[in-house]
Amino acid sequence: MKIACLSGKGGAGKTLTAVNLAAAAEKAVYIDCDVEEPNGRLFFRPDHVETETVCSLLPEFDAGACTGCRECVQFCRFHALMYVKDKPMVFSEVCHSCGGCSLVCPKKAITEKKKPIGILETGDSQTVRVVTGILNPGEASGVPVIREALKKAEGLTIIDCPPGSACSVMESVMDADFCILVAEPTAFGFHNFQMVFQLVSLLGKKCGVVINKQEAPWEPLERFCRDQGLPILARIPYDPQIAAMASDGRIVSREDPRLREMFSHILHTIGGSL
Amino acid sequence: MKIAVPLDENKKDVCIVLARTPYFLFRENGNDAIVPNPAAQAQGGAGIQAAQFLVDSQADALITVRCGQNAAQVFQAAGIKLYKSANKAAADDLAALEQGTLEELTQFHGGYHGIQ
Repeated sequence: MKIACLSGKGGAGKTLTAVNLAAAAEKAVYIDCDVEEPNGRLFFRPDHVETETVCSLLPEFDAGACTGCRECVQFCRFHALMYVKDKPMVFSEVCHSCGGCSLVCPKKAITEKKKPIGILETGDSQTVRVVTGILNPGEASGVPVIREALKKAEGLTIIDCPPGSACSVMESVMDADFCILVAEPTAFGFHNFQMVFQLVSLLGKKCGVVINKQEAPWEPLERFCRDQGLPILARIPYDPQIAAMASDGRIVSREDPRLREMFSHILHTIGGSL
Repeated sequence: MKIAVPLDENKKDVCIVLARTPYFLFRENGNDAIVPNPAAQAQGGAGIQAAQFLVDSQADALITVRCGQNAAQVFQAAGIKLYKSANKAAADDLAALEQGTLEELTQFHGGYHGIQ
């Protein structure tokens, strides 16, 4: 079973939720898909970390074989190719590595060359296998790193998504069986929560809500969940002690039996609803 | 010498964007031609597509308010000179270029990627 944790805004509590769900399970794989700023590893501090490189493919042109027919330039729907001064050129940050240009080239003048764009770190933290996708600084898209990271899913897998509701989030939740929407009970939090709810609804995902940092219920959020029939899986209180532990890089469900109980309960509820 | 200027909907003023400008004005040997920009509706990579159009049009110079890095790289490779627009009306910019009072464009933005 794959459970994805996502939220429209950063700092809502995706990583807190995802890390503690994985830690509260008997055995789990935790995959950090927030490849631009992965921080689940700061909590898990995994041992025996192994690293592998993730590459994306970029077209390379054989100037001798190219006849300047421009089939490749016309084919590229992302407009990543140009034809200037009698030769094709590629804009690597626009290229989506689809390989189409090399397929349409009638002279077989295009080959795809691997370009390293990030790494995957895999290690263990007690009962949790920790997989971290890390995008190299300056790269435009983390999607290839997310794709590779998700291949490590096995058994109960908790996916820690990037913030927002863009391509990288879509890629992260694509194969999820259940989505946990982590929301803050504020006007801003509610607005962003609606955006991710729209996304997961569009993808036909089962979902539930974890409200984080709650002092008092935020009525518009409560009403929205009631109207949409969205189950509220848990309410994490606004508690300075949780914040202090998190800022020390400690995993609350490994230290506080009540919180461990709360996260186990979420897993149990989701397992029962699938 | 063929000079290109991105042109607004009113077909008179310089358009402040380059990649998604509705028209281009081309002036060559005193003759003006207004041509729709094929990249105006592109979903992505509009700067590259518009640059390709200008390269294929065999323009020698471009007057523009701003230009992204990708397009600038293309113009440099193609040897198209870039000038910074200093007037509202395209005709005034063209006159200024002919008098040699337009400055070259040397600052390029990182691209807007659909952000306004």
